[in-house]
Amino acid sequence: MSKQLKSNLITYGIIIAFFAIMQTLVGTGTISSLFKGLLVPICVYTIMAVSLNLTVGILGELSLGHAGFMCVGAFVSAFFSMCMKESGMNSIVRFIIAIILGAIVAAVFGILIGIPVLRLRGDYLAIVTLAFGEIIKNIVNVLYVGKDSSGFHISFTDTASLGLSSDGVVIIKGPQGITGTPNDSTFLIGIIILIITVFIVTNFVTSRSGRAVMAIRDNRIAAESVGINISKYKLMAFAISAGLAGAAGALYAHNLNTLNALPKNFGYNMSIMILVYVVLGGIGSIRGSIIAATILTALPELLRGFSDYRMLIYSIVLIALMLISNSPKAKMFFEKYSIKQLIGTKKAQKEEV
Amino acid sequence: MKKLLGTLLSVAMVASLLVGCGSAAPADGASDGAKTFKIGGIGPLTGGAAVYGIAVKNGAQIAIDEINAAGGINGCQIEYNFQDDECDAEKSVNAYNTLKDWDMDILMGTVTSGCCVAVAAKTAEDGMFELTPSGSSVDILAGNDNVFQVCFTDPNQGIASAQYIGQSKLATKVAVIYDSSDVYSTGIYEKFAAEAPAQGLEIVATEAFTADNKTDFTTQLQKAKDAGAELVFLPFYYTEATLVLKQADTMGFDPIFFGCDGLDGILAVENFDVALAEDVMLLTPFAADATDDLTKSFVAKYAEIANGEIPNQFAADAYDAIYTIKAAAEAANVTPDMSVADMGKAITAVMPTIKVDGLTGKAMSWNAEGEVNKAPKAVVIKNGAYVSMD
Repeated sequence: MSKQLKSNLITYGIIIAFFAIMQTLVGTGTISSLFKGLLVPICVYTIMAVSLNLTVGILGELSLGHAGFMCVGAFVSAFFSMCMKESGMNSIVRFIIAIILGAIVAAVFGILIGIPVLRLRGDYLAIVTLAFGEIIKNIVNVLYVGKDSSGFHISFTDTASLGLSSDGVVIIKGPQGITGTPNDSTFLIGIIILIITVFIVTNFVTSRSGRAVMAIRDNRIAAESVGINISKYKLMAFAISAGLAGAAGALYAHNLNTLNALPKNFGYNMSIMILVYVVLGGIGSIRGSIIAATILTALPELLRGFSDYRMLIYSIVLIALMLISNSPKAKMFFEKYSIKQLIGTKKAQKEEV
Repeated sequence: MKKLLGTLLSVAMVASLLVGCGSAAPADGASDGAKTFKIGGIGPLTGGAAVYGIAVKNGAQIAIDEINAAGGINGCQIEYNFQDDECDAEKSVNAYNTLKDWDMDILMGTVTSGCCVAVAAKTAEDGMFELTPSGSSVDILAGNDNVFQVCFTDPNQGIASAQYIGQSKLATKVAVIYDSSDVYSTGIYEKFAAEAPAQGLEIVATEAFTADNKTDFTTQLQKAKDAGAELVFLPFYYTEATLVLKQADTMGFDPIFFGCDGLDGILAVENFDVALAEDVMLLTPFAADATDDLTKSFVAKYAEIANGEIPNQFAADAYDAIYTIKAAAEAANVTPDMSVADMGKAITAVMPTIKVDGLTGKAMSWNAEGEVNKAPKAVVIKNGAYVSMD
């Protein structure tokens, strides 16, 4: 068994074990309502972190507009679900189509944005992606879409200018967003999408295209000199990353009854938060991203007991986590007392006996 | 190394989960023994909208202290727990779940409209009685029988404003500046624009701004001025309104400024020259300098717990919300040992029959949909104080 495969299997193992533990706890009713409610958001943010890791860790480009793709996926999928709500379509089929649609449209946006953006490098690319994320959020905030017997109406000013006939309904109401999205997201579907995401990303990395992408990351000129089509591979990685973020957005949108594009959920603050998950988990490490996203999603909720000092303590814990996970001393400590080491020494002892 | 860190972190994660579960269990046991009503509150205590959440938290606290001192609801004391939602729908649902773990009986919240829509869907599922002090969007009530409001709905404010301006013949040429990224502001604007023609008003300029860009209003004001507006309608909150007034003054533009209940609180803004707000008109259910005994005692108590601050209408709405819960719980004769869904059903059934006298209105009553019926008061600012316009 190759080292890579073994590592991937451990990742899947952790996800499935997490799912099994949570399902048993939910089944026996021992889990708190808070944690039950957190399960889907945890899936959403782990998918976001894994998909951003593809851009940041594998492609090696800093993207600060990842929440923008999530926003696209969320709105497209919620729009689809709202249109199909009355049609009597099976809710699981409808949700799966909504997720795929959200992912595809987000990936298309990834390509559209990637074409101009990926010509830039380093800091410039980070700034432009940040701007694109904000543009997406602001466009959604002025977008009004209504539906009546004669079809769809789109406006960028207000509901009145949609010119709907009396049977029309406004689906996207500018800043009020979409209200009444069916709550189709479940923990099971979230975990399945997470596993698919991990599968896509890990397989992409080991594929021919993935190796080309990493070659570009490590040395662009060398990669170009051996005939690798830089733009094509960069765009490919960027679009996959955006598409997966779109799927996470679909999951997010169907977990809540209301969907608005606020600075809080789809603004650059969220993009940076997801980058924090990736950095804390280790750039390029898929498993690290999953664990970091899980902990940092649950942490502010677990700190509710501190009431007024909650966000203060959250920031301090974040700083401490960053320092500890990067300090050489902590690394030495972990290496000395690692489980692997302990098992290893036991094995060694056995051999001696 | 990475692998090890991963294992350790996952151990930490599982441990934290167990801690979460552990703390939930004893709470269950405690509620059965003690006979108290557990009222939960949700609103932003951190972030940009914190000022509203804190006002609601304090306003409700005053009412609860008063009720507890007077013997509680149906002879049972009230326990109160207010959770932060950072003005984010997802966090708001988390806060709701936290309160559920605490065995909440009745929810007083949430403070902001967007979050309230998400939480209302959850309370409807659980059948819990929910009374929002300040969530004013109509989507909160749609299809949720268990949810009631203390404040006006946005459309009602927009229509009432247009009618007031038209009937009082304040102006015919009206300009509107609104926050297009805000549910409250857009909701009022849309209904105002729809009602305006019927009242003989001509909207000569409609200018929007967003939450990301709300410090410079000179462009919007200049357009309103060029269009010859006699009245500028400001359906948003007072923090931005102070900037609008200041910038209008600098550019020598002096129309009638007309606002909604969001403008309430403008006189209490630090470093704001109150003279700029002279002759500004607003529709508000609450004025902190009213001379009746109820308002006076509320303002005094609020100053005590909030470092001398003057309460705004959010605090007053929350105060009324708690008294409404008390009135409804007494009318329905509910006890804390009832299940959440039974209590919710009983209280929902009596809501349309009760009348409550509060800070924000006399004889407030509710329809079955959950909308409140109370009269908006139009006030004008004269010499730094509200003066009734009736």
